Order: sequence, then structure tokens, then C-alpha cells
Amino acid sequence: MSNDRRIVVTGLGATTPIGATATATWEALLAGESGARSLPQEWLDQYELPVTFAATIKQDPSEVLARVETRRMDPSAQYAMIAAREAWADAGKPDIEPERLAVAIGSGIGGVHTLLDQYDVLKEKGPRRIYPLTVPMLMPNTASGNVSLDLGARAGAHTLVSACASGAESMGYAAEMIRAGRADVVVAGGTEAAIHPLPVAGFAAMQALSKRNDDPTRASRPYDVNRDGFLLGEGAAVIVVEAYEHAKARGATIYAELASVGMSADAHHITAPEPEGAGASRAMVEAVERADLAASDVKHINAHATSTPVGDIAEANAIRRAFGNAVDGMAVTATKSMTGHLLGAAGALEGVLTILSVHHRLIPATINLDEQDPQITLDVVTGEHRTLPDGDIAALNNSFGFGGHNVAMMIKSV
Amino acid sequence: MAQSDTEILAGLAEIVNEETGLDPAEVQPEKSFTDDLDIDSLSMMTIVVNAEEKFGVRIPDDEVKNLNTVGDAVTYIKNAQG
Repeated sequence: MSNDRRIVVTGLGATTPIGATATATWEALLAGESGARSLPQEWLDQYELPVTFAATIKQDPSEVLARVETRRMDPSAQYAMIAAREAWADAGKPDIEPERLAVAIGSGIGGVHTLLDQYDVLKEKGPRRIYPLTVPMLMPNTASGNVSLDLGARAGAHTLVSACASGAESMGYAAEMIRAGRADVVVAGGTEAAIHPLPVAGFAAMQALSKRNDDPTRASRPYDVNRDGFLLGEGAAVIVVEAYEHAKARGATIYAELASVGMSADAHHITAPEPEGAGASRAMVEAVERADLAASDVKHINAHATSTPVGDIAEANAIRRAFGNAVDGMAVTATKSMTGHLLGAAGALEGVLTILSVHHRLIPATINLDEQDPQITLDVVTGEHRTLPDGDIAALNNSFGFGGHNVAMMIKSV
Repeated sequence: MAQSDTEILAGLAEIVNEETGLDPAEVQPEKSFTDDLDIDSLSMMTIVVNAEEKFGVRIPDDEVKNLNTVGDAVTYIKNAQG
């Protein structure tokens, strides 16, 4: 099941808990840095939150955006704007007809800061003090709408919402837009800004978060026998994807090929992964087949691996189910050990990191993996970074979301 | 307590700058909010609400459409403070 138009990645951007740009994030990963920090003291005092830390954004958006932009955009749109401008500049600001340029930027939760802050205004000061841009700031498509406006992208502005698979699904949708002939260039990714007492309390109530309050930088420990939940993160990651011939014609630098995206749904439980990994493995197999690859071509997996007790095992089962013994030739890493879990931006960020791994032929080591869970029989890169072989290689990035969404993105070297 | 035209103008310029990023020096009495300063209706509502708070006055929604120029707003606020 091959596809006619090859899709390549020509620009990268990110603003994350460990770096203000995609490059800075990559360098921090190679340095093994954790993005975990204490939550504001006033939140802890006011709400007695059971989890007292999160991976908050490294660079305050007000350092790079105009004051009027930070005022008129929800943080989720601000992060997306920063990452999109970086990616667009990195791609050399392609000269393209607006009607051939699209945006696809997803979010898991949308403008939750605006929603909750304005609800506070309503209760304290009444309806007349509600900011007139409240609705366009809180809507889930606030990021894609603002980025489309900024770039003048008129082929379409889309918002894929599939919880923690949103960012990866957006990149998959971008590739499909190009293959369907609807656009030649798409600015695609994910964003999330949900570090606020309510979502923190909500995730904590479902026992999803690590409660390692005494040692936050060691809290995110995918595959470790003592993992106890994820580290809530925030930020955005965006790529510029384009048709190969379009990139070639304008002499663009090509990082990698976005070879395919496999998608499926579990239809099993609203939050729990299907324990045998049937749905997730179907997405992975589909990604391999659509890219015309064999399992043995896949040399690396940037796993979803959030550090929850159940989720990490379910994904490991799904990987083995999808690839059988070929798994032994796949070096796995869990970059959430450093970045935390960026929810709707996670798949986009890990997409960027997988692209950089293929581009630099280097897999950053997972941190905090002191004792690998014996139920997880994957070759996890830990301690030393691992180099990827020369020649044609492929790498897979997994993303899964509450709701049963599974997205597997295949990146190939060029 | 009533403020002078100059004080009100300076306060308005600050509010307009905060909402739109326009240079406060652009905010002059003869300028039209829509035609000269390119302020849309949503931004205008924010400016009005912030002006109410800053100047301690009430500007009914029906009055907003009569505030064509910056000078109109200054005059309205001054009279309302009166």
C-alpha cells in the first residue's frame, strides 16, 4: 500500500520544559536534563495539591512574543506560535501561494487557562469584566487559527483532538493533506498549556501522576520498576512538511521523510490501554506497511512510555505483538523521562525528536532507569546515547491518547 | 473626581497600547478608533471596560457606537466623571 507523493520534513520548532527551541531541547536531552520544577507556592497553599511539581515551560513566552500577543492569545496558542515561527524560519520561509499552505495543530485540552481564569473573573467581578476575546482564546482551535492567521495559510487550518495523540495525529493529517493534493506545504504539530490546579488535580484524582514530590527530577522514570505515574508537561512542537518535489525544487534542507502514519482506535476503555496491545500494534503494523518497509528496517522506537505502571507494559506488549523477534533490533528510548508528558504536544515533540534522531543518527538515553521492569523486554537505551547505523534507516514514534487513540508515525532517513 | 483632558488622553493611550500594541503617541483626539487606529469591535469593548475601571465611570454599550474618535471618548469620560 504505497503512497504516490513522498512527504519530507524541512523545518523544526519547539518550546518545551527543557529548551526554548527545537535545537536547545535536543541539546538538553543529550545532557540528560529533567524539566521538572515545583508548582507555584500559591497553588500549593491554596489547594493542597497531592502533586507539587510539573514540567513547566523553560522560556516565558513574553520573552519572544509581543505584549499584545501574550494578552490576546491563550498560552496554548502562544506556545504554538513560538514553535511555528521557529519551524517556518528553519524551513527558510518557503515562498508559496497562500492557497497551497495549510496548518494542522492539535491540542488535547485547548485554552483551559483562559476558561478557568475568566471563570474566576466572572465569579469575582461579573460578566461585564469578561475579556471579549475569551471564546476565541479558549476554543481548541485557537492555536491553529492564530498560526494560520500569522502565516497567511489559506489551504486549511485544522485541529486534531485525540488527547495525547493529538500532535502526532496532526502530523499524520498534514501528510494526508499533501497526498490528497490539498496543499503543498503544511505547518503541523501540537500544543498544550494545561498546568493549572484543576487539570493537575484531575490527573492526580485518576492516579495518573507521579507523586514523587520529594524528588521531582527523578519522578518520570519510564520502564523503571519503581515508576508511579507521569510528569505533567507543557509546550509545543511544530514541523514544516512538504511534498518532496516541492522541497527539492526550492532547494530546501531536508531532515527526514515522514514516510507514513498508522492510526487505530482501541474501543476498549475510555482511559485504560487494551492490555495485550491489539489496537496499538495494528497502528504500528499499518505504519510499516504503508511505508513499504519490513519490520527489520525499523532501527529505533521513540516510545509513548509515559511512566505509568500499566501503560508502559501495554505499549511494550503492543510493540512485541507488532514486530515479533524483530523487536530485538530496535533501540527504544523514552524521552518523557526528561521532557515530561506534554499531552497534546507530546506526539509532536517526540515526532521532532525522532526526526532529529534519524537526522543525527543518535538516540538520546532514557534517564532515571535504575532497574528495568522485568515485564518489559525491550532494548531500552540508557546510560550512553546510542548511534544509529549508516545507510537507509527508519524509526517509529508511538503516541496514544485517552479515548483509545493510537498513532504510529514512521520517519525515514533521506 | 474629574481629571483633565490631558490626563484622560494619556490614560486612554495606555489602555489602547496595552490592548493593541499601538504606539501611545498615535492615540490623538482627532483619530478615529476604527478608520485611523484600526481597532476592531472586540478590542473596542476591552478598551471601554478597561476605561470604565481606570476612570471610575460607566459607559453603556449603546454609547460605545457614538465614540467615533479618541476625542469623543475623552469628552464622554470627562462628563461622566463630572
